[in-house]
Amino acid sequence: MSLFEIFNVAGSGMSAQTVRMTTTASNLSNADTVANSEAEAYHGLHPVFQTQYKKANDQISASVQVTDIVENQTPSRKQYQPSHPMADKEGYVYLSNVNVIESMTDMISASRSFEMNARVMNMTKQMMQRTLDMGK
Amino acid sequence: MTNGLDNIFGVHAQALRLRAKRAELLAANIANADTPNFKARDIDFKAALKDANPKEGIAKTHVGHINPGGSQGKLNLLYRIPVQSNIDGNTVDLHRESAEFSENALHYDASLNFINSRIRSLMSALKGD
Repeated sequence: MSLFEIFNVAGSGMSAQTVRMTTTASNLSNADTVANSEAEAYHGLHPVFQTQYKKANDQISASVQVTDIVENQTPSRKQYQPSHPMADKEGYVYLSNVNVIESMTDMISASRSFEMNARVMNMTKQMMQRTLDMGK
Repeated sequence: MTNGLDNIFGVHAQALRLRAKRAELLAANIANADTPNFKARDIDFKAALKDANPKEGIAKTHVGHINPGGSQGKLNLLYRIPVQSNIDGNTVDLHRESAEFSENALHYDASLNFINSRIRSLMSALKGD
């Protein structure tokens, strides 16, 4: 029955959005993390979403899958702070490359999408309940 | 009054099945709202229902006849035309899909109501009181 499949689809959407929310939370909490080299500096994490069809020839049930989590490759911010304990030989510290505003909008978008999937699940549950009550 | 018991619910049995399929399709659109390059899909409900209902259109009276519907029970999935293009190639408009899903659920309930009242009237005819 196809109504059951909605739980898988909406559930996959919710778990994908949760991954997105988790990476956004990591990015926000590490926004001010300091390191003493470019390689060690915190790079923002971003999940890669991909559509997963249940059957290749039947494209009705399309769930979401997080296939990878990639690092933001933009160079991290360099700051001249010779007194800092993490400063390198030239007196620079390396901050994360997280854009806090971008992360905030990402978080709002993820939570909206999550809510929408939860709503779909609730409505489907009601539809099924009424189907079960048929003829009563 | 209908002759057989197999079509006492008329078009609504078929409509219910299609509505459930469409709900699945719209749920997939909503779930993939943030997937790059995902294209929102939908069906032409009226055409799909006509396709699923063999009584309408040309009848198949010989083995050599080709299926009049053409889709042979498979749904003809169409692509939604986006109102606004998205830079990541995604064509899902979350608000529109949400509205369509609600509308679809309402129609599903309507079909269920028709079936329920049909059951009730048949029951009262059977009981005779």
